[in-house]
Amino acid sequence: MHNKNPVLGYAVLFIAIALLPALGVYPIFVMKVLCFALFACAFNLLIGYTGLLSFGHAAFLGTAAYGAGHALKVWGLPAPLGLVFGALAAGGVGLVFGLLAIRRAGIYFSMITLALSQMLFFVFLQAPFTGGEDGLQSVPRGSFFGLNLENDLTLYYVVLAIFIGAFWLIYRTVHSPFGQVLTSIRENEARATSLGYDVDRFKLLAFVLSATLAGLAGATKTLVLGFATLTDALWTTSGAVILMTLVGGMGTLVGPMVGALIIIALENKIGDLGKLLADATGIGWFNGLGESVSLVTGLIFIFCVLAFRRGVVGEALALWDKLYAKRGA
Amino acid sequence: MTEIFGIPISAFLSQLLLGLVNGSFYAMLSLGLAVIFGMLNIINFAHGALYMMGAFLAWMGLEYLGINYWFMLVLAPLLVGLLGVLIERLLLQWLYKLDHIYGLLLTLGITLVIEGVFRSFYGVSGQPYAVPEALQGATRLGFMILPNYRAWVVVASITVCLAVWALVEKTSLGAKLRAGTENPKLVQAFGINVPLMVTLTYAGGVALAAFAGVLAAPILQVSALMGSNLIIVVFAVVVIGGMGSIFGSILTGLGLGVIEGLTKVFYPEASSTVVFVVMALVLLVRPAGLFGKER
Repeated sequence: MHNKNPVLGYAVLFIAIALLPALGVYPIFVMKVLCFALFACAFNLLIGYTGLLSFGHAAFLGTAAYGAGHALKVWGLPAPLGLVFGALAAGGVGLVFGLLAIRRAGIYFSMITLALSQMLFFVFLQAPFTGGEDGLQSVPRGSFFGLNLENDLTLYYVVLAIFIGAFWLIYRTVHSPFGQVLTSIRENEARATSLGYDVDRFKLLAFVLSATLAGLAGATKTLVLGFATLTDALWTTSGAVILMTLVGGMGTLVGPMVGALIIIALENKIGDLGKLLADATGIGWFNGLGESVSLVTGLIFIFCVLAFRRGVVGEALALWDKLYAKRGA
Repeated sequence: MTEIFGIPISAFLSQLLLGLVNGSFYAMLSLGLAVIFGMLNIINFAHGALYMMGAFLAWMGLEYLGINYWFMLVLAPLLVGLLGVLIERLLLQWLYKLDHIYGLLLTLGITLVIEGVFRSFYGVSGQPYAVPEALQGATRLGFMILPNYRAWVVVASITVCLAVWALVEKTSLGAKLRAGTENPKLVQAFGINVPLMVTLTYAGGVALAAFAGVLAAPILQVSALMGSNLIIVVFAVVVIGGMGSIFGSILTGLGLGVIEGLTKVFYPEASSTVVFVVMALVLLVRPAGLFGKER
């Protein structure tokens, strides 16, 4: 699939997603997964294709979630303008963060983005427009170019269309000459510089693009769920998107989508899983598993870093290559 | 009453002291992070969680076993140091050849596990821990009232920080450590057991974090989340100071604590963000950090 005709593969994938509600899958769940999948794809543009580990992507998700929520609820803007406003606000924050963070490389870059996003978290905590601990509640969906979004199914196809559009943009970016320069920065930054590329400018562009797309994900999430809360901007959300990308496969286009599905499904089902384990083993402590999701995500982190660094899709591709090479030779 | 910029001088001084207390925690944690990074090339995200564990062990020792503060001040760092040995031997040692980011991600995973375990038993609300008897009360100094425990925290932390500085900069063990940071292969060729040194460095660094945790237990509420809030500020401190010099870490930590304390006096709304603002300014003016060198 990754050598032959990728467009066909993606077409099948998206048609399958489009058919899910007809098969009885809860649309809100899929929409939530799609939002986080877009968030992870945007994040992957940095870690997977530019080699920059941003530990502050929750800032962009949160900014856009609040921005879109404010635009829709207080200003009463129509949904498309609300989404654009949210994404652009996140892009603006991304520009400021990027300008500061790319001044340091490597692990410092991660620490700086984490610190800056924590600063924004405290700003959101105190600012009047975010509603503090309560968050922004009951944001209206309104309409999208005449389509009534209060209907879950209509919203579903709008969200899917937004996702496909953004995914196409990421696909084009990765396969463009610009994307090739980003990859060369990941592989060998000094060499990219010596070839005459203004590495900092490319990094900044990639950062702003990633922030804007993460923002689009956050804005869409507010539209779907009808609220924006402090959790969107909390550092653990930055950790979650790293985990999604790591589990799915860094540097693969589909990996972050798979990772988002796995992690969101796990977060939803972990309480049940705990009860199941408690019944099976007779250890009552497992009943509380739903309350400490972080314990399970932490274990997944440890496992993935030690033994599963290519992620689900990365491993699958490696396996495919091995089989294909055998048959080809 | 004497005033400074319209603020009573006693309130000013007590915030300054509170700033110094926080600054001592920043100093001890950033010091440990820097020493570990020098030897292991890993940014230890779990530092905050292990600091939290130190505080929790102190609380648990008193609550379940009746072990007092002074014993726990020694015992908790030892136990956390042992856990550090396990973490380094079982998990971290497989990562030294990989990109730095994997060290950060693995220690993030460890953080989530430790926090998750404590949350599953104790929730997220804080547990109170009484100030040890010998340090209760306050001393009148004339110009201000000095709470004895806070004074003790500042004195104890600065003493420990200076001891670490002396150990690394002035002893032969420290010389080997510094050489190991520069060129581990060459040091190993001289017959020095570098892997053992790496393990002990990690254990020592996290024991320092646990020591800070025990010191913090009577001042801050002991809770599962007390570490992750702190570690992010400490990251900013590390970016501001740079990880090149131990003395730099100590000064930066204390200095930022004081700046934070003063912000609480003059503009309380900004007190939780001021360290990050300072970080942004330092990045603009001196990207390598105040005491760092580009590399």
